[in-house]
Amino acid sequence: MNAIALEFKKNAVRTVKDLQRRQLVKTALGNFEIARNDKVARFQDWQKARYVAAKLKWEALENLHANIQRLEENLKKNGAIVHWAATAEEARRIVSAIAKEKNARLIVKSKAMTAEEIHLNEALEKEGYEVVETDLGEFIVQLRREPPYHIVFPAMHLTRYEISDLFAQKLGSQPTDKAEELTMIARRVLREKYIKADIGITGANFAVADCGVISITENEGNARLTAALPKVMITLIGIEKVIPKLEDLALFLPMLATAGAAQLISGYNTFYSGPRKNGETDGPQEYHVILLDNGRTELLADPIERDALRCIRCGACLNVCPIYRTIGGHSYGTTYCGPIGAVITPIMRGIEDWQQLSYASSLCGACAEICPVKIILHHHLLKNRKIAATKKPVWWQKIGFKIFSKISTCPTLWSIITKCGRLLQKLHPLVKGSRLDPAYAWTKERDLPPIAPQTFKEWWRSKK
Amino acid sequence: MNDRGTILASIQEALKKPSVKQDIYKAEDNISELIKQVMPPVGESFDERLALFRKNAQELKAEFYAVNSTDEVVQTILKIKDAEQWKSVATHPNELTESICNRIGLPILKLTAGYDITEFEKCSASITVCDCLVAQTGSVVVSSASTGGRAISVLPPHHIVIAKKEQLAPTMSDAIALVRKKYNGNFPSMVSFITGPSRTGDIERILVLGAHGPKRLTIFLF
Ligand code: SF4
Repeated sequence: MNAIALEFKKNAVRTVKDLQRRQLVKTALGNFEIARNDKVARFQDWQKARYVAAKLKWEALENLHANIQRLEENLKKNGAIVHWAATAEEARRIVSAIAKEKNARLIVKSKAMTAEEIHLNEALEKEGYEVVETDLGEFIVQLRREPPYHIVFPAMHLTRYEISDLFAQKLGSQPTDKAEELTMIARRVLREKYIKADIGITGANFAVADCGVISITENEGNARLTAALPKVMITLIGIEKVIPKLEDLALFLPMLATAGAAQLISGYNTFYSGPRKNGETDGPQEYHVILLDNGRTELLADPIERDALRCIRCGACLNVCPIYRTIGGHSYGTTYCGPIGAVITPIMRGIEDWQQLSYASSLCGACAEICPVKIILHHHLLKNRKIAATKKPVWWQKIGFKIFSKISTCPTLWSIITKCGRLLQKLHPLVKGSRLDPAYAWTKERDLPPIAPQTFKEWWRSKK
Repeated sequence: MNDRGTILASIQEALKKPSVKQDIYKAEDNISELIKQVMPPVGESFDERLALFRKNAQELKAEFYAVNSTDEVVQTILKIKDAEQWKSVATHPNELTESICNRIGLPILKLTAGYDITEFEKCSASITVCDCLVAQTGSVVVSSASTGGRAISVLPPHHIVIAKKEQLAPTMSDAIALVRKKYNGNFPSMVSFITGPSRTGDIERILVLGAHGPKRLTIFLF
């Protein structure tokens, strides 16, 4: 096993044992599910809505070459400056060049998974800029110097007591057990930051080609402020987010909120087209949009895996995933965790290092069932397993499966082996759970189900 | 090759292979018709839509008043002003909002380009018009072009919106069509669909209002 896989396993085992944290996550996601089902029921036809959303996203991807150029053209018409970044490094370079040119000191950021992906904060901090996350959850995990636990709810793994201690320690606030008071502490701290900030950086949910518009969804209003007060605004967006028409958002925005946040619509859905226009009261003087590839065209090049680029990052697949719920967001060690992360990370960052994520699934398919754009996530996991096995076969697995296929295709051998198995299982209690146990990896924490006393064939014969 | 060229070339190359798709509607389906069929229903009459707007807005903790005249608007605002002990209000150059503000009897900050942010920060509330309301979702649509800029609807603790009956759009699709028509070819730098006051559930999923933006959102329709 490689180092990344070992780390994954170690972290997963650790979280599995942290029952309190698991309970917290489980309760939160359980309540969430009830609220979500209520919103889903308000649609006249949610299942059909998924079909339509899937179709729209497919078309958007298949016409990406034209759409993205149209987007660029229209953004420019609206006065925005468009940059292209093939790699994370280039994207970081672009942001840091803008910051340098503007003589910036303080940068405020609203939630951007793309920024997590390219490790933007670390890079900017290293260059001496103060970078402040303004989304409450992101602000909390930033103070803890850890990555977000969930792509939509970054601090869902923490109790208010932990957050109170954190604020007391880092911000010098009075301890409190009220979520409201904690939120107000953050509000006060961040208000000042918006007003002083030189640059505001945001992520985005959609980029609309036909009007040159970037659409940002949020509940807190922090992205709104990030886009209103600093003199320069930068949006970092993955190239797969381009859709052709503004009208499509009438479907996507409510679906994103319903699937991801159990709301019919999010608090703020905002379209940004450029810097402040003539006659407008406020807003940035410059608007930069960075179109980020960073492995996405790799996904696009695979006719099957391409599917995963339709993802609108709603987080619904994480919420329903029994593995995510158990091992938590940090175990994955990736920017995008949960089923969608397990699907795209091996392809974007190398199957050799990340193939273990393909096994972080029970293949129950709950993710595919909820996904608003109908990505059949568990099929992708299976495909990734296959790619990994073909690319870098493990010798003992190969031998093992050869033997298995021999036995299972020869009825006589099969019946002899199962008979032996039944006999041997009688002796199993002698070694069960000890290091001598051949099934130790399984039995140290679980029971091995007994082999049925009769095979189907034997049972059939006895009935005749 | 620069990054633009590289990315465009990779996209073109990648898309040479046709996608393997499952479960997809045919290309000839009429999308806007399909969207209408799947989205939450909005009813036929104005009254049904008004009731729906009220329900959706209130569910997300916005306060909604359907009134008969600006007099009623002023009366209600005066009550809120006393209850919240307002010191000053912000508004934007607009006949309707200015005439209402003038009757509140408080210092008014009329936001124009280059306004003083410290003064603005002290305002207890902001009063704006809107581009439209959306019954289907309970949203208010504002823009940088016609409703006072970007910050006015998020900075003060209480945002008050004055809308006219004819501004109630039934569906999201209608609202987007309206925005497109109104600003045809000259899109404002910002258009925002606001639903309820600023909110967060980031701490143990407990709902807290006024995370960064307004703690209260009040909508008047007359
Ligand atoms: S894969 Fe589907 S469910 Fe998961 S985050 Fe993306 S859109 Fe949402």
